Amino acid sequence: MLTLADLGVLAEVEQDGGAVTAWLTPTYSGCPAVAEMAADVDARLRAAGYSEVRVRLRLDPPWSTDLITEAGRRKLAEAGIAPPQHGPAGPGVLQLGPIRRVVHCPQCGSADTEELSRFGSTACKALWRCRSCREPFDRIKEI
Amino acid sequence: MTDATTDATAGTTADPRTDDDHVYLTLSEASPGPEGEARWAYGTGFADPLLGVDTDLPPGVDGPDLGAYCLMLGDDALVLSQRLIEWCTRAPELEEEVALANLGLDLLGQARQLLTRAGQADGTGRSEDEYAYWREEHDFRNVRLVETPNGDFAHCVARLLLFSTARLALYRRLTGYADPVLAAVAARGTKELAYHREYATAWTLRLGDGTDYSAQRMQAALDGLWPLLDELFTAHPVELRLGVDPAELREPVLRELGEVIAEAGLTVSQAAPLAYVGGRAGRDGVHTEALGPLLAELQVVARAHPGATW
Repeated sequence: MLTLADLGVLAEVEQDGGAVTAWLTPTYSGCPAVAEMAADVDARLRAAGYSEVRVRLRLDPPWSTDLITEAGRRKLAEAGIAPPQHGPAGPGVLQLGPIRRVVHCPQCGSADTEELSRFGSTACKALWRCRSCREPFDRIKEI
Repeated sequence: MTDATTDATAGTTADPRTDDDHVYLTLSEASPGPEGEARWAYGTGFADPLLGVDTDLPPGVDGPDLGAYCLMLGDDALVLSQRLIEWCTRAPELEEEVALANLGLDLLGQARQLLTRAGQADGTGRSEDEYAYWREEHDFRNVRLVETPNGDFAHCVARLLLFSTARLALYRRLTGYADPVLAAVAARGTKELAYHREYATAWTLRLGDGTDYSAQRMQAALDGLWPLLDELFTAHPVELRLGVDPAELREPVLRELGEVIAEAGLTVSQAAPLAYVGGRAGRDGVHTEALGPLLAELQVVARAHPGATW
């Protein structure tokens, strides 16, 4: 299972007796899943026996795809989602030419892939296609 | 499985309240807890975009001024977000529709945080919804560039190019601002706006460097919007008191826009900025006639059912 910790969204957990506080760092400003994540963490901690549970957001430092762990990247690929690459996060400087990235297909491993759309089904993903196995796939964008 | 249409022809309409295929009914009767299915329809109870974030004002920052400034930036984001989602079902291709909706969602997220911060800073404790749904047109503080009605796709690209280039430059400066919440929203927004600018830049180049006709449409869009650009660099007294003079952005942003426009084979408009009305414009609540209808659509449901919860 891909966890919030794998994704680097779970920033910190502090335990004080029966009380626990969890800090989450949202991915994108408009991510509609933030409330869902907070509710899930709250429910799991209560189910684990904590009587006093607080879930808080931490905005600083902002979330980055560099926070996704190696295990997280492996699990994303296993689920058919191409993980982000390390390094320069997103289009920082003005680019007037095309940006080329080598992205491997999470299904067959081929590097013969192409981007169909920089924006996909959720804010954090782009839509790609493999030219070898012909499968479309999602890819987490560097940010 | 009951087929309601078959039943209707037989003279007895299936009661949707007893039909377990009725998706909304299933959701409304589902367990309301955080693990229950009802959360998909009715939310989770975690609705605060600044949930648990420290809300203290840093020393030396004037609360009402900071609140007013957050409203300016929040209203820019909210109103442009609304214009972008008007493209849903109307964009030239599905991919562009998804892209524009994504950009709108980023801006909506920034708006929610900024409006929430405004309510904390100005001391009224108003929520994002109170600002978004219950203010009148003259209480909105967005620049006129974002409220101008949508035109063709080139118009959409041109507005995004002007706004995202200027807002990216502003957010970069605000990343180090004294208020940690505004600084954090700006830091997050910087990365998002970089993608917006990339999208707008790519389309400006493609249309400008495409056919004669596409270049003509792109040039017309830039020329039409250009007079609205300068308002983003025109300081309001609140901005001057907070030490965030947007006039400092004018030169670097114009230089960057000039690079993109030249690369696209187009020309930078020489048109004069759109006049202020008695020295006032969007930041003072003086808007074009386009904002009213936009707000009517944005606010109608909230106002039809005041205080409704689900």
